[in-house]
Amino acid sequence: MIQINNVSKWYGEFQVLTDCTTEVKKGEVVVVCGPSGSGKSTLIKTVNALEPFQKGEILVEGVSVGDPKTNLPKLRSRVGMVFQHFELFPHLSITDNLIIAQMKVLGRGRDEAMDKGLKLLDRVGLKAHAHKFPGQLSGGQQQRVAIARALAMDPIVMLFDEPTSALDPEMVNEVLDVMVELAQEGMTMMCVTHEMGFARKVASRVIFMDRGQIVEDCSKDDFFGHLDARSERARQFLSKILQH
Amino acid sequence: MNLDFSTLAGAQDFLWQGFKYSLTLTVSSMVFGIFFGTLLAMARMSSIKPLSLAAAGYVNLFRSVPLVLVIFWFYILVPLLTGVDVGAERSAFLTFAIFEAAYYCEIIRAGIQSIPRGQIAAGQAMGFSYGQNMRYVILPQAFRNVVPLLLTQTIVLFQDTSLVYVVGATDLLGAADKVAHRDNTLVEMYMLVALIYFSISFALSQAVKRLHARIAIVR
Repeated sequence: MIQINNVSKWYGEFQVLTDCTTEVKKGEVVVVCGPSGSGKSTLIKTVNALEPFQKGEILVEGVSVGDPKTNLPKLRSRVGMVFQHFELFPHLSITDNLIIAQMKVLGRGRDEAMDKGLKLLDRVGLKAHAHKFPGQLSGGQQQRVAIARALAMDPIVMLFDEPTSALDPEMVNEVLDVMVELAQEGMTMMCVTHEMGFARKVASRVIFMDRGQIVEDCSKDDFFGHLDARSERARQFLSKILQH
Repeated sequence: MNLDFSTLAGAQDFLWQGFKYSLTLTVSSMVFGIFFGTLLAMARMSSIKPLSLAAAGYVNLFRSVPLVLVIFWFYILVPLLTGVDVGAERSAFLTFAIFEAAYYCEIIRAGIQSIPRGQIAAGQAMGFSYGQNMRYVILPQAFRNVVPLLLTQTIVLFQDTSLVYVVGATDLLGAADKVAHRDNTLVEMYMLVALIYFSISFALSQAVKRLHARIAIVR
């Protein structure tokens, strides 16, 4: 589904990604973790070309992301993305947030888009809020709407960029519940997150990044089960975030 | 000092014509200025260098020369270039639209720059093209953020339209000036137009203040 081959990226002199190679197969849930500044958000954003990269190649269902001839809007419309800060459109109602891209990008009629949007809104448990504006919802609710908005486009894969790290603690679970359900339904997902409980429950693979490099890329069982076989950096990181 | 407003009744229609012209000029310059200003703002922020340089040059040029001078230029230049003498009133429509676009451009540019990067990324991630992202995500928010500034600029513009009297156009001030000289009522006429400009501008600026509080987007 997604192939990342030897991707490197520089901000001027500073190299943020170094020869990153990995893949996400259909139906896999891949969790990307690592200390802040390790390049994990940057890596996930290269997948739908929100961040350009200078070297290497990324293929999404065989389509090269870095190729200047690629129709990026079309590619992006098939890749769902959920952001750390939700990024719902604040000037549009929840309903309009859910239907606008369906109508303008996919060319669906209003009724069809509305039908789809409201079904998904119901699924994330927020049907009663359809007429509200994003600013009237809590962070957790906004993030669930953002997930529904991405799903409304019938994506082939969902990218999550630290979806719970801007949330108050008591709202983290409502978002994770939606993500777990999605994973269990077989959605292909790439998630940058520190939620190791989530990783333990549904991840197929865990990628650990440090200083722009993929240090670990292994199955969930290997990652959590055989800590002694992990790199020093990964063990340190895990011991820090699993301590409490 | 004796004030004599007795000639006002006879001049009413003429003044009303002038006032209507001032309003029409203001509204048309605002509409065209905002439209062209939006395109200029997008051009200025474009990654295509020649385009952004040309737009920046345009904006800097018109923001650095006095409006009166531009009014003179167009009044003289337009007939010279086109061979058609369009008259002071009509040439002013072009002058103001072109001049004001530079000012509106900077306001709209500030509005666009006030939109968080994440919003732009979210629009892109949904599959919007550049144009769609501008139209559905960025510009609606940008405009909402700068509506008070746009209206304030329009109030300034309304006052500045009085400068067209230098090329003999019959706007509100021009009409009053002509009546004043005919009837020898300079003090009365200038007091009257001052009162009209003040009432309209002041009322509008109070309205803008109220609007400001109402339209802020809840984030």
